[in-house]
Amino acid sequence: MYLIIVGGGNVGLQLAKRLLQNGHEVLVVERDPQTANRLATQIGEENVTLGDGCEMATQQDCGFGRADVVIAVTGEDEDNLIVCQMAKTVWSVKRALARINDPSHEEIFKQVGIDETVSATGIIYSMLEQQITPDVLIPVGTLARGDHEVVEVELGPRSKAVGKRRSELDLPNGTHIVWFYREQFGGHTVDDQTTFAVGDTLVAIVPRASAEALRRKLAPPVT
Amino acid sequence: MLSLELAHEGHEVTIIEMNPSALRRLGRDHKCRVVIGSGLDSDVLESAGIQEADAFFALTRGDNTNLMSAQIAKLRYRVAKVCVKVADPRRAEAYRNLGYFCITPSALTAGMMRDWILGREYEKIDTYNKLSDVLKS
Repeated sequence: MYLIIVGGGNVGLQLAKRLLQNGHEVLVVERDPQTANRLATQIGEENVTLGDGCEMATQQDCGFGRADVVIAVTGEDEDNLIVCQMAKTVWSVKRALARINDPSHEEIFKQVGIDETVSATGIIYSMLEQQITPDVLIPVGTLARGDHEVVEVELGPRSKAVGKRRSELDLPNGTHIVWFYREQFGGHTVDDQTTFAVGDTLVAIVPRASAEALRRKLAPPVT
Repeated sequence: MLSLELAHEGHEVTIIEMNPSALRRLGRDHKCRVVIGSGLDSDVLESAGIQEADAFFALTRGDNTNLMSAQIAKLRYRVAKVCVKVADPRRAEAYRNLGYFCITPSALTAGMMRDWILGREYEKIDTYNKLSDVLKS
């Protein structure tokens, strides 16, 4: 696969390293000369180009037209949005992925047709929130063009799932609890006979619209 | 300047500005309402009254900032008229094709100067915007 990464900061660098290790063709576009130089020494100069990934001339030089995936991971949401939008509308790139820095921007990314987004701030916030109040769903990722979420939850003593089998749980439509982890027992797939206990960490796939209903079921809010 | 003009003509104008010191240029007796903050921030846009706005202008120095906030105005808040300043002619054209009214100041200025020196009538904005086609070849 040919993957273009716009933004050569930490996220871009680590991503490029992994993708190169997996044998993909990778090009990182970075507009700051110093950062681009540093990148070149780390991943090879043939995998780095100096330029503004938002400019059509740069996009042409980088071969946006033959890219399988364009990934925008700069620190600026407006740049990530425009890069992905141009990749899709001007260059007909099939998959454009964006990093979102401000979670409140998720909606506009969706509205302009960029369904594959990662909001690190959102995920970190959820994790911190869980440290403060246990029993929250942590979004792990999105599936099916953002219609489904993969979520993780650690069952607290107030959860309605504790002491019940999966078949006894009245879960929102389309929800699947697929895997759980228990101390000294390890990770296991979940079947209808699995009985949940306090401290279990569950991984579930849930339609986006039902995430709130699932949260109320598995992780009731502190009252 | 646009704000002062429109306010002078009796329209209700709100300016969203990140940098309060930039507002000095408005002078003392301007009739515009000012909201400090980013035009990409929904809270800021809403406190500027975007829900009731008839028109939205995105005129910062950042093309991408303008294009993103214009899209928020049009898609999320359904503002009827949206105008975007886009300095890069090719990016402007890409978004014109998506239905956005993009103004490229350099193309506009160059076209008007050309027509002035050649003694021609001034053209419509769209004609000047297409001037940028020359730059693409």
